[in-house]
Amino acid sequence: MDRNVHDMGGDPAGPIDQGEHARTVFDQRVDAMLRLLAHPQKGYFTVDAMRRSIESLDPQAYHGLAYYERWVRAVRQLAIERGLVSQAALEQRMAAIAARRGARP
Amino acid sequence: MSGAPSPAPLAAGTAVQVRTGAPLTHCRTPQYLRGKRGVVLRALGRYPNPEELAYHRPGMPPLTLYQVEFDAAEVWGERLHEAPYRITADIFEHWLEPAGLPAAAAHDMGASHGRA
Repeated sequence: MDRNVHDMGGDPAGPIDQGEHARTVFDQRVDAMLRLLAHPQKGYFTVDAMRRSIESLDPQAYHGLAYYERWVRAVRQLAIERGLVSQAALEQRMAAIAARRGARP
Repeated sequence: MSGAPSPAPLAAGTAVQVRTGAPLTHCRTPQYLRGKRGVVLRALGRYPNPEELAYHRPGMPPLTLYQVEFDAAEVWGERLHEAPYRITADIFEHWLEPAGLPAAAAHDMGASHGRA
């Protein structure tokens, strides 16, 4: 049956962890970025576009990423789609930050 | 998509069947409900089509969103290994078509809702 990775209703599953999750600064920054970009007054994209981006991840990426890591990937994809930033500019900036931190770019 | 106004929303109690099909594009109708019969609980209002919004299009004219109730037995069939319950889902009008009233839903319409 054709379906995306998120569409898992009815699949066998273990117990659901309903506890609160710790919220990191990264999580809050990603959340804030989405809310600013998707705000109706900006309207760069909608929460529906976010869902489309997240739900088209391949299963390995979807299950391998934390919740807000999926979000930040979707924000990045949509920012490029909407012409807010180019892939090249983003890669250049990420490389510069990695170099500044002494990490391998 | 035409600009014609939508007809009056379906009344509570209307028997519906979720359309089948597996679009390659963004879709909020879960796969496990496609082709299943249920009953309209209420119309929730009209909203731009999320299948269009997902691709930066306006999604107009808006579509009626319905709260639809399904019997677990209808949805899971022989895979149901627990006491019967109801499943409630929000489904847009273009995913619904008329259906004969499912027997299991007909006899206890209006009873208290199980978990959703």
